[in-house]
Amino acid sequence: MLRETWNDAGPGFHPVSSSDYLPAAQLRDLQLRRLQSIVGRAYAHVPLFRGRMDVRGVTPASIESLADLGRLPFTVKADLRDTYPFGLFASPMSEIVRLHASSGTTGKPIVVAYTQEDIQVWSSVMLRTFAAAGISRGDIVQNAFGYGLFTGGLGAHYGLEAIGATVVPVSGGNTDRQVMLLRDFRVNAICATPSYFLHLIERAAELGIDLRELPLRAGVFGAEPWTPAMRQRIEADAGIKAFDIYGLSEIIGPGVASECSAQDGLHVFEDHFYPEIIDPETGAVLPDGEEGELVLTTLSKRAMPMIRYRTRDITRLVTEPCACGRTLRRMQRVGRRSDDMMIIHGINVFPSQIEAALLAVEGALPHYRIVLRREHGLDQMQVEIEVSPEFFSDRIGAMEALRGRIAHSIHNVTGLNVAVRLAEPHSLPRSEGKAKRVWDERQDSQ
Amino acid sequence: MKISQLSTFIENRSGRLRAACEALAARGINIHTLCLADSRDFGILRLIVADPPAGKAALEAAGYVAQLTEVLAVEVPDSAGGLARVLATTDAAGLDIEYMYAFSTAPGQQAVVIFRFSDPDRALAELQQRGLNVVEPVRLLQG
Repeated sequence: MLRETWNDAGPGFHPVSSSDYLPAAQLRDLQLRRLQSIVGRAYAHVPLFRGRMDVRGVTPASIESLADLGRLPFTVKADLRDTYPFGLFASPMSEIVRLHASSGTTGKPIVVAYTQEDIQVWSSVMLRTFAAAGISRGDIVQNAFGYGLFTGGLGAHYGLEAIGATVVPVSGGNTDRQVMLLRDFRVNAICATPSYFLHLIERAAELGIDLRELPLRAGVFGAEPWTPAMRQRIEADAGIKAFDIYGLSEIIGPGVASECSAQDGLHVFEDHFYPEIIDPETGAVLPDGEEGELVLTTLSKRAMPMIRYRTRDITRLVTEPCACGRTLRRMQRVGRRSDDMMIIHGINVFPSQIEAALLAVEGALPHYRIVLRREHGLDQMQVEIEVSPEFFSDRIGAMEALRGRIAHSIHNVTGLNVAVRLAEPHSLPRSEGKAKRVWDERQDSQ
Repeated sequence: MKISQLSTFIENRSGRLRAACEALAARGINIHTLCLADSRDFGILRLIVADPPAGKAALEAAGYVAQLTEVLAVEVPDSAGGLARVLATTDAAGLDIEYMYAFSTAPGQQAVVIFRFSDPDRALAELQQRGLNVVEPVRLLQG
């Protein structure tokens, strides 16, 4: 009977969403109790956390208020790489039911783990994500996030099943089939990376299908930064409301924060993920409202607790009440990062990975640059390499083979298919001082 | 005798081939013949020039990547079936040809074809042993 009661409440509400509306005092109390518990768990089971806390003379008992969080050391992406693959796990493998992985700064991926309880929390925050986007039981939802090691596909899938929607687990790619299913299944909502959905809009138009005439009414987009201009274009060309979601594998995957019907900032599910904003240079905690780097602490994660994880994403926290009534603080849409990570098709790529791939090919590093463009709505990466004497051959076949080896090596390290262009010596632009490797031309095309 | 061939990498954009030729012209280096192999984005220009080391230096000074490789210039009868007979000989010798192109000659004279063999030394020995006329660089470049 409960189901029928909340179904009458209209889209956007679900019993699990009640945590979105906790009174502030109750929320802070819950956060503190969970923080004390997670710090104790991390200290007891993860040598890296215990060692760092011991060095600072901090014990789990030192955490008496949320402000004491600032006494704990930061965790960074390199820590996951250095403890690859399982060094940060706080649960024995017998309790871990799932592993996911994403690219790290070198060839090794970042590995993350989930217990059964973690999967339940993940499902619940994704349920709240979809509820905030007005999706409910009875909706047919096409999930175009990639299924597999990437957290996007399965994270969204479990949330959709939990809310009772009908999932179409199509995963990424095969755009013509995506368009066919959208139309034939009379799909109401879609999950995708925004750049892929722009591509899908263009392909649908080529196939003579106007998405505005389909029952599709909402899109849940994430896994890469996008601009307000992209949102406007998506909403106008597809006739939908486009919701921004935020998450990262190191914390849980998608489901860290999501937009509501107000579409004005992303509510952080801070009963599970505690946000801080710091000065990326000094590490000092900044007050709410100031822009800086987002730092997240998992409050309930069992298999892999994260204490003060530096996301490198630049944003600010909004405390003003939201029109939707949720009491969760909002984070502003992430527009830039404090490091040089690129996100292509939802895959994290660092220039250092490209460099490692180039070195692996011939043992020498040519002058190169990475150009990011948006073609037909889809992000493209081109790696341009100057042909130096040691790489040059008078045989076309040898040069094409070189290009193929480079593309293959980059694919091996990043998982991406990139275009490789061979260029004349001294033809690529050079920057003075610190070498500029990445030329992002995507803003110009929007 | 083997001949030194100059080769360079040319991006597929307007003006790049001309600039390479101008770099050679500025040093007074005459081009006897050339072959441009192209792919979608780039081409490889192979040149037989009067002074290959000077040509390489000229291209490098102009910012090009350049290389000298050994090729053979083979006389081919300027009549029907001439090239086919030469190729039958290279096949019989089991020689692997990377690429080839024709050398410009006056009408009626023997034609000359430039061969890039994967093993130029063995190719030279085999061709001479089988009675083909491999042209001397001095005769080729000053004739």
